[in-house]
Amino acid sequence: MRLLVIILLFGTLLLNCNSPTPAAKNLTIKENITEKPKTTNLTKRVTEGMPPIYEHFDDLAYIFQQQTDTTYIINFWATWCKPCVEELPYFEQLTKKYQGQKVKVILVSLDFKKQLETKLVPFLKEHQIQSEVMVLLDPDANAWVDRVDPSWSGAIPITLVYKNEKRAFYEESFEDYAALEKIVQPFIK
Amino acid sequence: MKNILGITALLVIAAGIFMASTTATSSSLGEGLAVGDVAPDFSLKNIDGSMVSLASYEEAKGFIVIFTCNTCPYAVMYEDRMIALHNKYVDKGYPIIAINPNDPSIKAGDSYEKMQERAEEKAFPFAYVFDAKQEIFPAYGATKTPHVYLLDKDRTVQYIGAIDNNARDEEAVSTRYVEDAIDDLIAGKQPAVTFTKAIGCSIKYKKG
Repeated sequence: MRLLVIILLFGTLLLNCNSPTPAAKNLTIKENITEKPKTTNLTKRVTEGMPPIYEHFDDLAYIFQQQTDTTYIINFWATWCKPCVEELPYFEQLTKKYQGQKVKVILVSLDFKKQLETKLVPFLKEHQIQSEVMVLLDPDANAWVDRVDPSWSGAIPITLVYKNEKRAFYEESFEDYAALEKIVQPFIK
Repeated sequence: MKNILGITALLVIAAGIFMASTTATSSSLGEGLAVGDVAPDFSLKNIDGSMVSLASYEEAKGFIVIFTCNTCPYAVMYEDRMIALHNKYVDKGYPIIAINPNDPSIKAGDSYEKMQERAEEKAFPFAYVFDAKQEIFPAYGATKTPHVYLLDKDRTVQYIGAIDNNARDEEAVSTRYVEDAIDDLIAGKQPAVTFTKAIGCSIKYKKG
């Protein structure tokens, strides 16, 4: 009986979230990462400036596995996380400085579903965020935290830098731009 | 032969001390507790002004120690569930002891006075104590709020991690990790799940 209820619940959830929408059109980011999986998990209503939304970690996992000689700097953050917001300008600076090079910053937002339109989108607009932003809603963190990095406790912010097989993981915030660039530089040659 | 054994034992101990000292210095926070370790007791000021220690709970069969705070949205999302958890298990001998580990000079909303306000607003039925010197959260190895350490009556760590598997939506919770672990302990068993991870806010402390 319980199982049935769960199945029904899941069913309704899927129905609610699965209507595919062309939200990607609204992205200001020109260069998208190679071959995204089907974006079936995008929100129903398209808000201008809404980044792609991922309900399941599996759908976003590809961003950690690119073998493209590009250095990826992936930061987990949220608008409600003060140290995250404080270090965001350094990531923006990185994006601007290395524009046109094989360097890509991805900001994975853990903002809450209810606050995407009211908080995240206005925040991105207000600060004119240039780096690529994605939203991850998957609530079962225990199932995916280790897949980002086994040493991650779950606290944010964190930053993962990788190029092909080379990886570095930081569960801390950066004091200034120089501190961030210092950990990225060994990857860019 | 005895000598060799003795020397080997000494070397092993020396290496152990050396490794312990290097790990303690390699990370500013140390390694903290693992499941099976004995958690240190503490004496921290509760919102009512009294000092709270684990030893002061004479009837307890265990402790649900939760590092939490006023300001982290994840901690706030769990407030009602913490109240329910405490009310469900306090009579079975498992009270919650909530510890705010944050430095209020970084996060003003986590001051002792604000803790008192929040505890009153929510009518917390459990102790909400302040790790003012920020010595307890590193000893436990807590990195975020909320972060649970379930201890048995000997203060042995039986479970570390999240309260349940869905912070954002209580109705969608399918596994209640802490409840399951306590139920196992009450049944005289080792908890089936002893460690989980969850998203949370980093504990606020001054570096360096």
